[in-house]
Amino acid sequence: MTTRTIEVNALARVEGEGALYVRTEGERVAEVKLRIYEPPRFFEGFLVGRDFREVPDITARICGICPVAYQMGASQALEQVCGVSLDPALENLRRLIYCGEWIESHGLHVFMLHLPDFLGYPDGITMARDYPELVRNGLRIKQIGNALMRLVGGREVHPVNLKVGGFYRAPTPAQVAALREDLAWGLEAAAEALEFLAGLEFPDFEMDYEFVSLVHPDEYPILHGRIGSSSGLDAPVEDYDRIFTETHVIHSNALHSHLSDSGRPAFMGPMARFALNRERLTPRAAALADKAGLGAVCRNPFKSILVRMVEIAFAFEEALRLVEAYQAPARPAVEMMPRAGTGYGATEAPRGICYHRYTLDEAGMIQDAKIVAPTSVNQPSIEADLHGFVQDNLDLPDDQLRHRCEQVIRNYDPCISCATHFLDLTVERA
Amino acid sequence: MSAHRPTLAVWKFASCDGCQLTLLDCEDELLALADVVQIAHFPEATSARVEGPWDLSLVEGSVTTPEDAERIREIRRASRHLVTIGACATSGGIQALRNFADVQAFTRLVYARPDWIQTLATSDPIAAHVPVDFELRGCPIDKGQLLEVINAFLYGRRPQIPASSVCEECKRAGHVCVMVAHGTPCLGPVTQAGCGALCPGCHRGCYGCFGPKETPNAPALSAQLSQLGMDPGQLLRIYRTFNANANPFREESLRHDDADH
Repeated sequence: MTTRTIEVNALARVEGEGALYVRTEGERVAEVKLRIYEPPRFFEGFLVGRDFREVPDITARICGICPVAYQMGASQALEQVCGVSLDPALENLRRLIYCGEWIESHGLHVFMLHLPDFLGYPDGITMARDYPELVRNGLRIKQIGNALMRLVGGREVHPVNLKVGGFYRAPTPAQVAALREDLAWGLEAAAEALEFLAGLEFPDFEMDYEFVSLVHPDEYPILHGRIGSSSGLDAPVEDYDRIFTETHVIHSNALHSHLSDSGRPAFMGPMARFALNRERLTPRAAALADKAGLGAVCRNPFKSILVRMVEIAFAFEEALRLVEAYQAPARPAVEMMPRAGTGYGATEAPRGICYHRYTLDEAGMIQDAKIVAPTSVNQPSIEADLHGFVQDNLDLPDDQLRHRCEQVIRNYDPCISCATHFLDLTVERA
Repeated sequence: MSAHRPTLAVWKFASCDGCQLTLLDCEDELLALADVVQIAHFPEATSARVEGPWDLSLVEGSVTTPEDAERIREIRRASRHLVTIGACATSGGIQALRNFADVQAFTRLVYARPDWIQTLATSDPIAAHVPVDFELRGCPIDKGQLLEVINAFLYGRRPQIPASSVCEECKRAGHVCVMVAHGTPCLGPVTQAGCGALCPGCHRGCYGCFGPKETPNAPALSAQLSQLGMDPGQLLRIYRTFNANANPFREESLRHDDADH
């Protein structure tokens, strides 16, 4: 029996540091490992003993690409402990900056990291020589997402204007209105790009995923919702720790997660949100999804590029609506007084549910913290995809198979830097 | 510049990716930059790679593992110029909070299987391991400053990056001083400029993400902050964030470290 190994020692066009190892024996895939060697940074460890108001600035540093997800999840959990809910105008402003993060993060992945795989280039910059307009439009889409984050958050990487309870300073209506034209351009550019992407060739590959995302009765989920799944799960965010079981595996510095009841891997991110919330997309985004040939559910992970593009269109459309309705809030933030207790927060980061749990003492000092990144949850799904894909394509020569395997991983837009910093901390105090 | 396009390499150590993302966030300049430099190694952006030696290496992140301590030496050997970008690379970053903890006990508490994980006792700036040609500050770095540094090295001159305080750019921006006018604690007087005084512009105090300015007088600022009502625990923590291990911030936080907290 011949043994064959496919290895990629440093994955490219993903955020963070990972490697791939696949071993086949004869006609059978014997072993698949997505190795995550990114060094851990112990966030949950050093949050303990900090004042609750210091948390969002610290958690932002978990990820330079989706800092808002870590600021929002933390703020929600801490507001819950303190028994405070935000004014609707402040909630809308949070949704607006989060649209910016989706646009910026998805835009980077679609045009600079993922699309080069389909068109046969090592990167977006080289691709720009043959597709100048496509890449320029892609960069401008991303730039508008960043401008939105800068306007509401003060800067695009690690925004300074977000806090527990709301914002330090609300933008003026004139500043917000100035974004309108760019957002309208972005929506049209997204529609045009989606039409191009729909014409790409996709490998014939589908998986029977268990999709998990937030589900909200009235809106496509970003900031709020219950935890739902394609097999009918419907639970409050407070049940997260019961729904998922985390395990430490030797080949990854990021904990793996499985659904506790079935033991199955969960799939989070754009395809999961789309599968569980398609009917609550904004009208234009829904029509674009139809036109791109996306049915009710998309199970081909290579087509995640289409779903991400639909979500970019959605985020532009939603941001336009919020911008048009914007009036300066009566106050930039709600007053916060600390209380002892435990609070939970979960939002839809670009890559899926980003979960936070904090326990405070009566002075507002953090006693315990737990944060779970979606990429951490997606690891077993990525490995299952690799297993299935290699099994179906054993006849490919090593070079091609290696390249395809990298693509299978990139389909998830994995954020390894995020995933690695979450190791559950149990402090035993004497 | 010679006819040969200089090669640029971008490296990641322990970090959040935000500083190398800043290069990709130069949406208007990225394609033009790729015309004048050859992007030889930048895994986050490209699967193509050109072997070293490299003309300019940009290094993000801090050294936290034995492998990374070795890797940075190899990168230094193969780089004509090496510039560190961001608070992790220049000071050790937020993960340098471990430097103040009892690391052995801490590691055992955090991991189910500590024997599976290799980590150093401290999170170190790159300059603690190899000589560095220039340190660009910020958590994250500023886009304009990054382009200035790249340009400077391409043309063989020193980067023009001011080492003055956030207060100076805050005044130039015309912001009202949040500390004088509103009594809001602010690290502006001891923090290096570069962000554009973003926080005072949002009516909040600077939290020091660009690290200490040249010759800061932190004890004098702490006296003022304590008059504004900050207790020793708060004083300790305000210096212990993203540049906690940068010397003036480190020393100042240790001055407020006693058995009470």
